[in-house]
Amino acid sequence: MRGIFKIALKLLVNDRGKFAALVVGITFAIFLIVQLTSIFSGILAKASSTVINTGSRLWVIDPSVQNPLNTIPLPDYVLDAVRSVKGVEYAVPLYSGIGLVKLNSGAYQPATVLGLDDTSLLGRPELIQGHIEDIYSNNAFIVVKDQEYAKLGNPPIGTTFEINDHRGVIVGIGHVPEGSLFGIPTLYTTYSRAIQYLPNTRFTIAYVLVKPKSEAAIAGIIDNVAKIGYRALTDREFEREISNYYKYQTGVGTNIMMMTFIGFLVGLSISGQTFYTFVLENLEKFGALKAIGAKNSELVSMILFQALFSSMVGYGLGVGLSALLIATGKRFVPNYTADIGFWNLALAFVLVLLIAGVSCLVAVRKVIRVQPFEIFRG
Amino acid sequence: MGEALRAVQLEKSFGEGAAKTHAIRGVSFQAYWGEMLYVVGPSGSGKTTLLSLVSGILKPDSGSVLVEGRDIWKLGPNEIADFRLNKVGFVFQDYHLFPKLTTVENVAIPLILKKQDWNESLKIAMEFLEVVGLAQKASLPPTKLSGGEQQRVAIARAIVGRPDLLVFDEPTASLDGTTGKRILDFVKNEILNDKRCIVIVTHDNRIFGLADRMIEMEDGSIVNVRSGGKIEG
Repeated sequence: MRGIFKIALKLLVNDRGKFAALVVGITFAIFLIVQLTSIFSGILAKASSTVINTGSRLWVIDPSVQNPLNTIPLPDYVLDAVRSVKGVEYAVPLYSGIGLVKLNSGAYQPATVLGLDDTSLLGRPELIQGHIEDIYSNNAFIVVKDQEYAKLGNPPIGTTFEINDHRGVIVGIGHVPEGSLFGIPTLYTTYSRAIQYLPNTRFTIAYVLVKPKSEAAIAGIIDNVAKIGYRALTDREFEREISNYYKYQTGVGTNIMMMTFIGFLVGLSISGQTFYTFVLENLEKFGALKAIGAKNSELVSMILFQALFSSMVGYGLGVGLSALLIATGKRFVPNYTADIGFWNLALAFVLVLLIAGVSCLVAVRKVIRVQPFEIFRG
Repeated sequence: MGEALRAVQLEKSFGEGAAKTHAIRGVSFQAYWGEMLYVVGPSGSGKTTLLSLVSGILKPDSGSVLVEGRDIWKLGPNEIADFRLNKVGFVFQDYHLFPKLTTVENVAIPLILKKQDWNESLKIAMEFLEVVGLAQKASLPPTKLSGGEQQRVAIARAIVGRPDLLVFDEPTASLDGTTGKRILDFVKNEILNDKRCIVIVTHDNRIFGLADRMIEMEDGSIVNVRSGGKIEG
């Protein structure tokens, strides 16, 4: 490390009170920023749970669909048409709807019902209890063991219930990668049983799930599906579409963004003020360094280094604290959702650099303007 | 004795219009190698301003400061900083030591600014702390030292880069008479040599006796130049 940076570091960390205040301010800001954006990521992931859990590469939907809750049923001919598109290996229907489950206690509980293609069972959950072929037995349903499972009374295999006045039996307990956003349990059954048990409109296919023959065939499939007036989306595109819906059309994104900005402002104000005070208190010393022969560029690089160092320490602690809280929350708090990903960390990193930059901007101006003569004058 | 520096017709004023103050009015003088030159006079007479002009700290409105034959005020901002770093050693009135660094790190600052290796700088700084008799306090922060010891640390910092010109601003202002005299004795006997020139601004007549020459200032002008440390009248 260059000597002047070592001096800068010692001046910073040996002023323990200021350094601690600086790091705490930045840590708190990063903690808020990472928490909020991670919670938002978690919400978005849950909002896309149908897409993630089903695992289909291509989805055919009505062009007006914006999120999995507002499916617009597709006519059967769309399924046939998609099956005949060049590059499609196979295409299957998926039913998605809400059923009212009457528990043995007499209570009612809404549940998401997903009807899987009878032949392929494409999109089925991973079973942790039971056998998948039991889904073909009478009144069979597979329940997902997620945070909503308890709302159905933690039903073991063999539990019977009523769904829209039909008898239902739990034949398997499944696990899916992502829980539901809307706080209701999920049941899987066959497509044919789903449309038989739940009240329906004229058309019953919520989505057509498509397996392309190859990745190269996807663009052609999308074009050909568009020609029949429908949209084919890759799983990533569909997830992005759902994300955009929640970000821009529900107010969730705007509110989270505002709270993130507030976190940024909190960090900026605490660290900016502390750093400014730190530099002000050391202004005479910087003036003395200048008198001795330090150049402005060297003093600026010292201040930048100090700001950057405290920011990076605060960033590391903030991210660590967030990760700890998220891990604890996921373990102990029901329905807690938060995902730390590359973009959360990258956003927090950019914001911490901004905090560092803005914090030292005013301080740098002060140091550049300090005249060594002032040191002589006392 | 050769000429260490020459100030020619220096002028400096502060403020604008009616508030304009002429701090230095047409001052010229020379300082020589091996000389301890005092600049004395009452408060506000322009002593510190003059010291700043000749040491590359404050730019004069007109006039020149020649060191080794070149006008330092014709240098660019980075070159003048290099001039201060390489040619001048400063001892400030309030020492301006860094309380968050150890004593030896404080002394090493000029070497570190010269981009010398950290450990090498500390080693050299230690040698100079030995010169001023404070090697045993090298790892303490300056706040743990007495006023006299801090002054000696400031002197060690000023000389560690082996500058030709040493400038002291009111070196005894914060010290009692005995300590001040002892330190200036030390400077004269141990620091001053025939390749170095020391300019001291002071109004402390207790240390006048150590001067080789004295420039007496009043209202921004030199009113008297005397050999030795006695002012008459």
